[in-house]
Amino acid sequence: MADADDRWQLLLFPESASSVSGQVDTLFWAMVVACGLVVALVFTVLLVFGIRYRRGSPASRRGSPLLYHNRWLEIGWSIPVLAAFLFFFAWGALLYVEILDPPTPEDGDARRVNVIGKQWMWKFQHPEGIREINTLHVAVGQTVRLRMTSQDVIHSFFVPAFRIKQDVLPQTYTRLQFTPTKVGRFDLYCAEYCGLSHSGMVGEVVVMPPSEFQDWLARRDRPGTPQQDGERLFRQYGCSGCHGEASSVRAPDLAGLYGKPVPLESGGTVTADAQYLRDSIVFPSKHVVAGYAPIMPSFKDQISEEDLLKLTAYIQSLTPEEPDAP
Amino acid sequence: MTRPNNQTTVIVAHQFETLEQQFDADLLGMWLFLVTEALLFSGAFLALAVYYHQYYDTFSAAARELHWLLAGFNSVILLTSGLAVALAEQAADQHRRRLTLWWLSATIALGVAFLGLKGYEYYMEYRAGLVPFLDQPFAFSGPDPHNAMLFYNFYFAITGLHALHMIIGLMVLLVMLVLTYRWREGARVARQVRIAGLYWAFVDIVWVLVYCSLYLLGR
Amino acid sequence: MNYLNAGYGLKSWLLTLDHKRVAWLYFISITGFFFLGGAAATLVRLELITPAGDLLSSDAYNQMFSLHGIVMVWFFLIPSIPATMGNFLLPLMLGARDMAFPRLNLMSWYVFILGGAFTLTAVIAGGIDTGWTFYTPYSTMFSNGAVLAAATGVFIVGFSSILTGINFIVTTHKMRAPGLTWFRLPLFVWAQYATSLIMVLATPVLSITLVLLGVERAFGIGIFDPALGGDPILFEHLFWFYSHPAVYIMLLPAMGVVSEVIACFAHKRIFGYKVMAFSILAIALFGFLVWGHHMFVSGQSIYAGVAFSLLSFLVSVPSALKIFNWLATLYKGHIRFDAPMLFALSFIGLFLIGGLTGVFVATLALDIQMHDTYFVVAHFHYIMVGGMVSAYMAGLHFWWPKITGRLYPEMWARVSAIIVFAGFNLTFFPQFILGWAGMPRRYHAYAEEFQLLNVFSSAGAGMLAVGYLLPLLYLLWSLRYGARAGGNPWDARGLEWTVASPPPKENFATVPRVDSEAYAYDTPQ
Repeated sequence: MADADDRWQLLLFPESASSVSGQVDTLFWAMVVACGLVVALVFTVLLVFGIRYRRGSPASRRGSPLLYHNRWLEIGWSIPVLAAFLFFFAWGALLYVEILDPPTPEDGDARRVNVIGKQWMWKFQHPEGIREINTLHVAVGQTVRLRMTSQDVIHSFFVPAFRIKQDVLPQTYTRLQFTPTKVGRFDLYCAEYCGLSHSGMVGEVVVMPPSEFQDWLARRDRPGTPQQDGERLFRQYGCSGCHGEASSVRAPDLAGLYGKPVPLESGGTVTADAQYLRDSIVFPSKHVVAGYAPIMPSFKDQISEEDLLKLTAYIQSLTPEEPDAP
Repeated sequence: MTRPNNQTTVIVAHQFETLEQQFDADLLGMWLFLVTEALLFSGAFLALAVYYHQYYDTFSAAARELHWLLAGFNSVILLTSGLAVALAEQAADQHRRRLTLWWLSATIALGVAFLGLKGYEYYMEYRAGLVPFLDQPFAFSGPDPHNAMLFYNFYFAITGLHALHMIIGLMVLLVMLVLTYRWREGARVARQVRIAGLYWAFVDIVWVLVYCSLYLLGR
Repeated sequence: MNYLNAGYGLKSWLLTLDHKRVAWLYFISITGFFFLGGAAATLVRLELITPAGDLLSSDAYNQMFSLHGIVMVWFFLIPSIPATMGNFLLPLMLGARDMAFPRLNLMSWYVFILGGAFTLTAVIAGGIDTGWTFYTPYSTMFSNGAVLAAATGVFIVGFSSILTGINFIVTTHKMRAPGLTWFRLPLFVWAQYATSLIMVLATPVLSITLVLLGVERAFGIGIFDPALGGDPILFEHLFWFYSHPAVYIMLLPAMGVVSEVIACFAHKRIFGYKVMAFSILAIALFGFLVWGHHMFVSGQSIYAGVAFSLLSFLVSVPSALKIFNWLATLYKGHIRFDAPMLFALSFIGLFLIGGLTGVFVATLALDIQMHDTYFVVAHFHYIMVGGMVSAYMAGLHFWWPKITGRLYPEMWARVSAIIVFAGFNLTFFPQFILGWAGMPRRYHAYAEEFQLLNVFSSAGAGMLAVGYLLPLLYLLWSLRYGARAGGNPWDARGLEWTVASPPPKENFATVPRVDSEAYAYDTPQ
C-alpha cells in the first residue's frame, strides 16, 4: 500500500510522486474550486427562487425585461462560461502535450525500459538486460522512457501516483515518460479491460534512492543487454545477409538511420522510429523505401515481442547521436 | 392499349389529411432511410480508405488480382437495370400498366444477372485461392500476404454487403411487380414505383463507389 | 371511449397501429430491461462491498458489468423517452392523428424485441464479457463469450432506433397542425427532432462497425485484426463515432421533458425559447465532433486529442446555456413542488454536476489520470441516471394522468423523488473520489484502501433500488385505484392537454388550429 500524507488519507488523495503530478494537481484543484463555485451558485439560486417564488408567495411577479428573454443577460452569462472553458482547455492541453510528448532530457540521462503487457501481467526489460515481472525498479530523479507493446489485447499502463497513463497496443509501440520524485512503492494498474484477470494485472513501481538502485542493479542477473541480444538476433535471423556491409542484395543501410526521415516509394516520407522498424520487420511492404524493390520477406509470427524490442534497440544503437529518441 | 380500371375513390391513410401530404411523407421517409444506408457504407469505405493509405502498395497489388473486366461488364448490367427502373417509373406515371410490368421485370432480370455474375466472380476467386477466411488456403504472390488478406477481407465484406442490399432491392421490386399487376390506383402505384426506384438507384450508386474504390483504385 | 378501451384482447395490442398503444408496448419492455440491467448492477455493487472478488467469479463479474452496460444503454436509455413519451406525445403535440408511418412504428417495436431476444440469448448461451464497448481484438479474437449473438442483438436493435428516428422526423416535418410553425413547437418536440436526427445519422455507423466485428468473429474476415495489419484503434474510432452522439440521443429528450415540466410547474413561459431550441440543435451537431475524447490515451495522435478536447469544451456551452435558461424560467414564476417538478429540479442539480465533471475529463491533462477510472463511471452515471432517468421519471409522472387517465399518489411520488436523489448521490459521489485516487473501472477485486467508499457506494445503490421500485408499485396501484384525472390536471399548456385523459383513439376529432406561441402560461387556458 502506498504511503500517503496523513491528512489526505481519508480523502484517498493520491500521492504526488512524479515531476508532473504537482502540476496536474494544481489544475485539478483549480477546476474543483471553479466548478464548486458554479455548483454552489446554481444550488443557491435554485433554493432562493424555489422559496421566494413558490406559488402563493407574496413576492412581486410584475413583468420586467428579464421575464422571457434578455439578450444582454444571455450574452452576459455565456461569455464568462466560454472564457473559463477556453482557459481550462488551454491549460489542460499544454500540460497534456508536456506529459505525453515531453522533450528529451538534455543530459541524456533517461533510462529506456521496454514494457510488454500480456494477459495478465507486465513484463519489463531494463537496458542492462535485467528482466522483471509486475514490479519495476527505478531510481528517484532519473527519467524513465517506456517503450510499450502488447502481446495480445489492448492494455493500459497506469500509475496513479505519477498521474500517467497510456494504452498498450498489439503490433504497435506506444511510449510514456516519467521522472519519479519520491522514494517509495507506487501502485501500477492495467487500466483497459483485457479479460478475465484484468483486475489482477496490477504491480508496483519501486522508486529507490540512486545508490540503492545501483546496488540493486548490481545484484541482479543480467543476460545480455537488449542491444547485445539484438545484435545476435540480427545475425540469427539473417538480417545481416541483406542489410550487412558485405551483402550482394540491395537493402537500405541501417547505420545512422534511426530518427531520420525516410522517403517512400509511394511518395511522402516517414520517420524511422521504433514503430517504423517494427513494421518493417513484420509488414515490410508497408513502407517500401524509395528506390528499393519490395523484396524483403516478412518475419511475422516468427519473432516474439521481446525479441522485436531487442532488434529495435540494436538498430537504434547503430545511430549513436540519438540513443534515446522515442 | 388496355386501360386500367377507372377508380374514382382515393384512399388516404387515416393519419394524413391529403394524398399529397401522404406521398410527401412517404418520399421524405425513403430519402431519410437512404441517408442511413449511405452512412452505413461510408463507415466501411472510411475503414478501407484508412488501410489503403497505410498499405498502399500491397492493397494496389491485391486489387490488381480482381477481375476488373468482368466486374466492369457487371457494372454495365447494373446501370442498365437502373435505366430500366427509371423507365418503369415513367410508364407508371403514364398509368401504362403493361409497360410498367415489362420494365420492372427487366430490372429484376438484370439484377439477377448481376448477382449471378458476382457469384461466378466469387467462385473464380475461391478457385484462385484468394479467399482469406473460413480457413481457406490463401495464395497471394506478393511480399505481404497478411496485408493482402486485409484487402480481400474488405473486398468480400463490402461486395457482400452490397449484394445483400441488392437482394433486398430485388424483393422490393418483386413486391412492386405484384402491386403493379393488381393496379389498385394509378397515382398510388406510380408513387410506390418511384420510391422503390429510389432505393434501386441508391444500390446502383453504391456499386459505382464499390467498383471505383476496390477495382480501379489500384490500377 | 378512449384509446385504452377501443379494443380488447392481445391481438388489439400486439397488432396495434395506434402510436399510443405502441408507446405502451415499449414502456412495458423497457421497464423490464431496466430492472434486468438494474439486477446486474445490484450484483456488481454487492461484489464491490469487499475488496476481494469473493461473491462472483471473475468471469461472472465481467459478464455482469457487460450485461449492465449493454442492456442499460441499448435497451433502456436509448429508446426510453423517445419510444415511450415521444411515441405517445409527438402526434398529440403536433395536432396530428398518428405518426406518419404507424406500421413502421409497430415494426420498430418488434425489431426492438427481436434484438432483445438475441442479446438475452447471448447472456444465457455463454454470456458476454467484453464490456458494452466491445473493444477489439479482445472481442474478436480472445473472448470466449457469445460475442456474435450480442453484437447481432445490438445491430438489430439499432434498426429500431433508425425506424423511430425516420418516423419522428417525417411526422414533425409533414404533420404539424395549421398555424403550428417551427418556433411555436414545444421544446419537447425540438428535442425529439434533434434526437431523431442523431439516431438516423449515427446509428448506421454502429451498424457497420458491428457488421465488421461480426464477420471478423464469425468468418475470420479480419478487419481489425492486428496480426493482418488491422488497427484496433480504427474500431475505437468507428465505435465512438456512434457512441458519443448516442449519449446525446439519451440526453436531449431528457432536456425536452425538463423544459415542459419546468414551464408548467413554474407556470411561466420558458426563458429564451429560441436559444433553447438552437442549443438543442447545437448539441446534436457538435456531439458528432467530439468522439475522440474517449481516446485521449489510446495511442491516437495527441494533437487530434487537442482538437477533440477543444470541441468537447465547446459542446458543453449550449448545455450550460440551457441550465441558465431553466433557472431564469423559475424567476418570478409560481413554483409548485409536485413530484414531476422535484424530479426536474433533481435533473438540473445532478446534470450540472455530471456536466461539470464532464468538463474535468475533457481537460486533457486530467483525463490522463481519470480515463478508465471510477471518475468517468461517476461522471456518466450523473448524466445518465442523475440526469436522464430523473427526467424520465419527471415526464412519466407529468404525463401519467394524460396517458392513463389516473392520478398517481402524490406523497409516495415525492418520497420516491427524495429517496432517489439521496440514494443517487450516496452511490455515485464517492466514485469521483475513488476515481481520482486511481481505482480503475471494471475491476472485480480492488486495493484495500478503496473499501470504505465502495461500501458507501453500495449502500447508496440499495437506496436507489428502493427509490426506483416504489414508482413501479404505486404507478401500478394507480392504474386500478388512482383518482381519475381530468383533461388538464396540472393547468399545463400544449395541445396534448386539450384532449381528454386518456385521449381518444383518433386524438383529435377535428384538426386543431394553433394561434399562440408555445408555453402560453401568461394567458388562462
